[in-house]
Amino acid sequence: MTTVALDAVDKALLSGREGEAAALAMRLLIRFAEAVEAPRFIACTRAHIDGCLYHGAVSLDFVERFVTLQGRVKIPTTLNVGSVDLIHPELFNGADDLRTAGTRLMRAHEELGCVSTFTCAPYQTIFRPFLGEQIAWAESNAIVFANSVLGARTNRYGDFIDLCCAMTGRVPDYGLHRTENRRATAIIEVNDTQSMASDALAVAVGHALGSLVGTNVAAITGLPKTLTEDDLKALGAVAASSGSVGLFHAVGLTPEAQTLDDATQGHAAPVIATFDSAALSAILDSLTTARKGAHIAAVSLGTPHFSVTEFERLMPLLAGRTFRSDIYVNTGRGVLMELERRGWDKRLANHGVTLVVDTCTYVTSIMRKLDGVVMTNSGKWAHYAPGNLNIDVIFGSLEECVSSAEKGQLVRH
Amino acid sequence: MCFFCRERATGAPLTTAIALIPGEAQGKPLLLQTPLSFWGGYDSNTGQIIDQHHPDHGCNLAGCILMMESGRGSSSGSSVLAEAIRAGTAPAAILLKQRDSIIVTGAIVAAELYDI
Repeated sequence: MTTVALDAVDKALLSGREGEAAALAMRLLIRFAEAVEAPRFIACTRAHIDGCLYHGAVSLDFVERFVTLQGRVKIPTTLNVGSVDLIHPELFNGADDLRTAGTRLMRAHEELGCVSTFTCAPYQTIFRPFLGEQIAWAESNAIVFANSVLGARTNRYGDFIDLCCAMTGRVPDYGLHRTENRRATAIIEVNDTQSMASDALAVAVGHALGSLVGTNVAAITGLPKTLTEDDLKALGAVAASSGSVGLFHAVGLTPEAQTLDDATQGHAAPVIATFDSAALSAILDSLTTARKGAHIAAVSLGTPHFSVTEFERLMPLLAGRTFRSDIYVNTGRGVLMELERRGWDKRLANHGVTLVVDTCTYVTSIMRKLDGVVMTNSGKWAHYAPGNLNIDVIFGSLEECVSSAEKGQLVRH
Repeated sequence: MCFFCRERATGAPLTTAIALIPGEAQGKPLLLQTPLSFWGGYDSNTGQIIDQHHPDHGCNLAGCILMMESGRGSSSGSSVLAEAIRAGTAPAAILLKQRDSIIVTGAIVAAELYDI
């Protein structure tokens, strides 16, 4: 077994001088660091916690232990989605005991000093990390966005360890925290994509990336310079669903990949795949599980949580239309405040759109009608919802989703 | 317990392994054909594999010595494994060929919370 080197900060934490909660967290982190063969710890300056979603009694037992020990997080710490929309609790239609335990789990994290963001897009709040910052983030899409689009540094942390890092401000120094592990070891080429909607293109490339590279770091060449931050968010989210991607480089678009040579850190890397629009369209077709001609019960948007700029794209598409299918948009409470400021929450309600905050339609019981298929522009939602909700899905661009909701039937553009 | 096996899990006898979480366990050995994601693939109430795409779908892992190549899937697997350990539906030991931070985390936390 590797022995982890502890410096004065680590030893102080372990000794209980910073409180019993910090000592417990440090003890767990040392066992974790030994198991992953990290040689030492370094300081981290932000954490994002994925422990708010209820998985059983252990979820609460863990957090309540820290609450009992009067723990407080040592660094700015944001929270991922929970099981309940605390702002619209009436949307929850699951079992009462899950509502009670799920709500308590979210509140217990607040008692530890975590910020009540309850969003899977913490990178689109004021808690956005910066280039080179060492952070301890959980939630697969947030991890890949922070690493790839912002150039911050985190491993794919998850339940329990994320909170231990927050309680100590320490993170094991291994994997993607280290420059040498961030170079692309494979290249994926994309050509001839002018005909595709940019959100659909991003999902197709992301799905291919995850399927091909698993946990490895790849560089993608040939993506149009017009891809937005929200497109890269969609790309990373599906790559972290079809595979376990923690970092990708989009050459010319992401900060550690101004050139291909930057992305590979000057090393040679093989081209493992080349895609044109026909191949990418075939990948998108594979995300659809529903039969042709199926009735569309609902459209779900905002996985990861819809940003203000995504609402800016959606609002004009809704104008003058009424909808046969239910429309749900998952978003963060910070974005909801901006919608309220603009009066858009009322306009959305008038169109029959249900805003879901603090949680997401594929992880909890919210959707009212599941008697047909559900359409989405999220590759991540399309990947997980059939298993979680036992439904069929159709993938389409944002424009196609809105047109299909109007007709109640699939419309392709 | 979690072991990182240096030898192949199939065929050849295990000669050396690293104990990531030390302890003692007894149980029936069970070799999975492909890695299992505990989140979405395992029911912590019953110990059954519920991933319909998994070749060992329906197998009950409670109390067995589970062997698989590696871990897989969402980091929420740590919670599902820890919950299964709490509920007494988890494998008695897990042997892996590759270190897996998700499985190890579930075992570390259950050991700490429930003195197992």
